[in-house]
Amino acid sequence: MIERTVGEARPPSAEVVNHPEVIPGGIPLRIAGVSKIFASRDRAVVALAPLDLDVRAGELVCLLGPSGCGKSTLLSIIAGLESANSGAVWADGREVRGPGIDRVLLFQEAALFPWLDVQHNVEFGLRQAGMPAVGRAQTARRFIDLVHLSGFEHSYVHQLSGGMRQRVALARALAINPAVLLMDEPFGALDALTRDRLQIELESIWAATRKTILFVTHNVREAVALGDRVLVFSPRPGRVVGEFHITLPRPRRLEDHALVDLSAAILAVLHQHGGINGR
Amino acid sequence: MAGDHIRPAQRVTFSREALRPWLRRLAFYVALLALWEILARAEIWPPYLFPSPLTVLSTLAVGVRKGVFITAALVSIKRLVIGYGISLVLGLTLGLLIGRIKALDETLGSLVLGLQALPSICWLPLALLWFGLNERAIIFVVVLGALFSITLGVEAGVKNTPPLYLKAARNLGARGPALYTQVVLPAALPAILSGLKQGWSFAWRSLMAGELLSATLSLGNLLQYGRDLNDAAQVMAVMVMIIIVGVSIDQAIFAPFERRVRERWGLR
Repeated sequence: MIERTVGEARPPSAEVVNHPEVIPGGIPLRIAGVSKIFASRDRAVVALAPLDLDVRAGELVCLLGPSGCGKSTLLSIIAGLESANSGAVWADGREVRGPGIDRVLLFQEAALFPWLDVQHNVEFGLRQAGMPAVGRAQTARRFIDLVHLSGFEHSYVHQLSGGMRQRVALARALAINPAVLLMDEPFGALDALTRDRLQIELESIWAATRKTILFVTHNVREAVALGDRVLVFSPRPGRVVGEFHITLPRPRRLEDHALVDLSAAILAVLHQHGGINGR
Repeated sequence: MAGDHIRPAQRVTFSREALRPWLRRLAFYVALLALWEILARAEIWPPYLFPSPLTVLSTLAVGVRKGVFITAALVSIKRLVIGYGISLVLGLTLGLLIGRIKALDETLGSLVLGLQALPSICWLPLALLWFGLNERAIIFVVVLGALFSITLGVEAGVKNTPPLYLKAARNLGARGPALYTQVVLPAALPAILSGLKQGWSFAWRSLMAGELLSATLSLGNLLQYGRDLNDAAQVMAVMVMIIIVGVSIDQAIFAPFERRVRERWGLR
């Protein structure tokens, strides 16, 4: 089953290679002393303890940890949608001061616009960038094709399954050609089969584009299957309690023994710090 | 081949299903008119107070044929379009501002909420004092009739815009006015639509009330004229005319708009 899916996932990467203008490559990220405190009515909650992290250009880093450990907050800060209480983020040497289309955040809920069809959702970012309608339509169709949704251009969000919505969200993000993809549990709400498939597709898109990807998940196997590096977070306040460099060959197979063993080792670190069961 | 046998049969049952509510409706109205006709013929009340449906129908036909009813309807519709149009522009702007700016919500928002509780016809005496009994007074009342409903609808929609859409849009490079026209307003469309519908029905009511006092030819004025002539048949004929105009506007403008929104949002 998975063998077959791997076979199907190959063509898109070949297609990306055929469109060299699609490839900007990733950029490095530097996160220095970034922390976040949420003030509620009577107390302050430390969501994220000061964090330092360097991400190489084109690296795929998985942030693994229980819900509420500040991983999502970190992505929002890197995206420039939230401000940090301390520290700073540099994207390709420039300090992040707000949202920018070099860094695109993908949400667990896909966050597609229900008043637009698939085609226009994918065109949204291009329209903001002022691209003329004809070019917009062509680019959108190419990315809809890349995520295997040709034929669904005129469908509305409510007509799509969860997996299809995530594909549209991915196409919408890729269309504006960001250097960094910030993925906040994008496959978290999907069934296991769809999730495996999308992981494989993401890996092949990443392999072809070499974008920098930060991927938040609470699924150990997913982290090991995707990441060059896995950072394990403790529960609130979020701190990095483990770092694993994954050198398994790609494309990775989920039933590979080495992958399973590594997952077990990482899971042990998580448990040791009160993750997973902690909340 | 088998399909050829099945399909016509299915189509017949389908259309019969679709027809049934219409048949019931038809039967209901025929019965209602019959009852009315019987009551009128019994002459419990004098015919000039309680005319038969046939009399009302012929009055309607004469009014339409002579053009009086049509001219009157056009005058009313024109006032409605002007008044509602002004409300639309003001209401969209006010609703957006109140929905997005906290200080305005706390001040202007409370005022709008309070004024919404005031039936718009209560503005009429003031309008007459300010403008005199003329076109401007009537349009003023229509504007105020629709304004607060539209404002509150837009405000509710804007306030309830899921923050996720805004985040996603900003993340994809949407800024300033584009954020409003391409995200906030479309996201608010279902709530705006209900505000627009309520606003239109209030505007229509205010218009009729205002026209009752007006001296120029219009639907409301024809009602009053019928009363002055002691002619209940004319009053009823004009009432039918008002219903026809109201239902037509509802069906021609709001129903398709609503259907579109429901389709897109996947609301049933």
